[in-house]
Amino acid sequence: MHVHRFERVWLVAALGMIVLFIGTVTYGAVAAGYGMVDAEGGQVDATDPTTSESFREPGVYEGNESDHYDVYVEARRFAFIPGSADPIRVPADSTVTFHVASADVLHGFEVAGTNINTMAIPGQKAMVTAEFDEPAEYGIVCNEYCGAAHHDMAGTLEVVPQSEFNATAEASA
Amino acid sequence: MAHAHDERATGTAEGRELAAGERLAFVDRYPAAARVTRLCFGVSFTALLVGAVLGIVQALHRTNVFRGVISSSDYYSVLTGHGVLLALFFTIFFLSGAFTWGTARSLGRDLPSPRFSLAWFGLQLGGAVAVATAIFGGFVGEIPFEADVLYTFYAPLQAHPLFYAGLAAWLVGTWLAGADWIRSYLRWRGDNPGERVPLQTFMVLTTMLMWYISTLGVAVEVLVFLLPLSLGLIDAVDPLLTRTLFWFFGHPVVYFWLMPAYFAWYTILPKLAGGRLFSDPLARVVFVLFLILSTPVGFHHQYADPGIAEGFKFVAMTNTMFLLLPSFLTAFTVVASMEYGARNRGGSGYFAWMKALPWEKPAFAGMALAGLMFAAGGFSGIVNAGMNINSLVHNTLWVPGHFHLTVGTASALTMMALSYWLYPQVTGKRLQLYGVAQVQPYVWFIGMALMSNAMHRAGLAGVPRRTAEPQYEQVSFEAVLGSIPEMRLQIAVGGTLLTLGAALFAAVMLATWFADRGRGRLRVDSHLPEPISGPEDAPRVLDNFKLWAAVAVVLVAIAYGFPIFSMVTDGPFDPAAPPVPVGVVDVAFGAVFG
Repeated sequence: MHVHRFERVWLVAALGMIVLFIGTVTYGAVAAGYGMVDAEGGQVDATDPTTSESFREPGVYEGNESDHYDVYVEARRFAFIPGSADPIRVPADSTVTFHVASADVLHGFEVAGTNINTMAIPGQKAMVTAEFDEPAEYGIVCNEYCGAAHHDMAGTLEVVPQSEFNATAEASA
Repeated sequence: MAHAHDERATGTAEGRELAAGERLAFVDRYPAAARVTRLCFGVSFTALLVGAVLGIVQALHRTNVFRGVISSSDYYSVLTGHGVLLALFFTIFFLSGAFTWGTARSLGRDLPSPRFSLAWFGLQLGGAVAVATAIFGGFVGEIPFEADVLYTFYAPLQAHPLFYAGLAAWLVGTWLAGADWIRSYLRWRGDNPGERVPLQTFMVLTTMLMWYISTLGVAVEVLVFLLPLSLGLIDAVDPLLTRTLFWFFGHPVVYFWLMPAYFAWYTILPKLAGGRLFSDPLARVVFVLFLILSTPVGFHHQYADPGIAEGFKFVAMTNTMFLLLPSFLTAFTVVASMEYGARNRGGSGYFAWMKALPWEKPAFAGMALAGLMFAAGGFSGIVNAGMNINSLVHNTLWVPGHFHLTVGTASALTMMALSYWLYPQVTGKRLQLYGVAQVQPYVWFIGMALMSNAMHRAGLAGVPRRTAEPQYEQVSFEAVLGSIPEMRLQIAVGGTLLTLGAALFAAVMLATWFADRGRGRLRVDSHLPEPISGPEDAPRVLDNFKLWAAVAVVLVAIAYGFPIFSMVTDGPFDPAAPPVPVGVVDVAFGAVFG
């Protein structure tokens, strides 16, 4: 097959670029250690995740390692529990794993302005881990359409100084 | 070939005689194919106009510029209508018409059975009308139809059964349309053993093979799960499985929108630019790549999904990146063909040749501007495809910003531009309101440039897609580039210009439809010049459809076999999510929280 010289150069350059793109993504996943949302959360009950072994009463819990916290969030039309009525509070200088599950339809869990962004699919538990260095306040939005009041589904995440944080209180809240 | 309406030919006594006596426009040579093409275009353009009007309602509502038309809960009926009418019906009815034309023209034979062709058209139309009825019923409380499920209709949100039944009927209509083109091809093959498949027919057949493979996903989703669920025959579905089946189809459908544009860029744009196609063999390679790579990439729409192992997402990411290759090759061929045309027309210099292109011709201008915008859309798509960086933009306004460049411009503007050239040939009528047609592609281009750049930047600030509200009480979006009010203004102005652009297009088509035949020359003819490098340079194996279809199936089995198997083996209906009908429950919610 005859391929013009310019086209061959272009073809090689395009292939080079593609390999480069795949390389950067691989670097992010392997070397930089960016963890994707994947299947590790396992399955939960599709209408009441709290009845499942891998889920807990919604709230903030101290993790197994120091400065590591687990946040269990139930998404249901049209609120995050916790998050919407009461803010999710986590301490600064911590690593936080969000465990998100839906009790009805598809939802999104997006902490605006960060890369914490996962789907909540009935029957599945999503896990996302993030590090919070500084005290700050973030907005949480449901970014997957879930019904007529979808636009009312939002919440708040407060990263507070260590001294103001009390995990037990958050869990029982 | 049809030279009769050539400007040159009709300028001579001989040409006038030809024009008066033996009419050689496409409509005269292939009346049945021309009729089906006209019917498909009629539905397509109607869907475009209605969808565009819904678009301006949305653009003004969610930017807070004008909120008087709908309530925020009705916004999602509008959004569903906009998505379904434009993404499924405008584009695919257009494809049905354009492929009917391309098959007949390139094989040099009319439809094998006009009655069969009308049957598939009727089935597509009936399905589309049922779907539209279900969606628009959502505006009227007394009508029991509700289908505010958006064009992705994720379960367990549940629409009225009419929505799913209509979708299924329409889908079967597209399958039969493909069968019609394949039948034409087989008859031609019988008469022409050993000949190379004409390029346009080659493109139609590879595209349809891709469609048959990929629509299997949505057909199973709708017929096995969603329709029975909406009829109450089953109690629950596994939302992850139905979503996966949707995206099995949901990415290839993107190429189903784009292939008619590629078809036009490869086979028609070079002629409009005053030249010829650079390479026929490379065009074939590109379409084969789309056939084999379009489907095993669907998981890139599910990067943010729980329940799917990272490895499967990685496979989809790799395939997606390789899918860039045919588009890069297309960029080369399209630009090279245009440059060849421009130099033929007397253009010179490194970049100055672009000035020699016929920017005043609406068909050329539309396609060239669409191609330019597709380059921008391609790069924003690479960001989406980057599995980890995707977390920053997933389900934000970045995503519709991206696909308004691709389907909303690369496909849509090319289809409009192609209509300026093709509609006169299938009607035998000269294009009316020519001045309006000349301006229209630029109106669309400017409108989209404003709207899309702002949507991309708003997405980077975390502004979600698919929401009726510009402002969230608990969230303040911080713009990385520009300011949120400025983005809103650009979206509102851009959306208005786009609706204006669609209206201008509709005006040209309506005026042409109502014009009399024989008023003036057609200005266009369907003769397509031979490529610089012709099919004789292409290895024969490229025309082996069975081989490529088999490769495509194997790649799909590798990408999807295990994940779907594991979702099904724990019970095809488990984890069991009961349906949540749209409308009914929302009303109850309104009563409680209202």
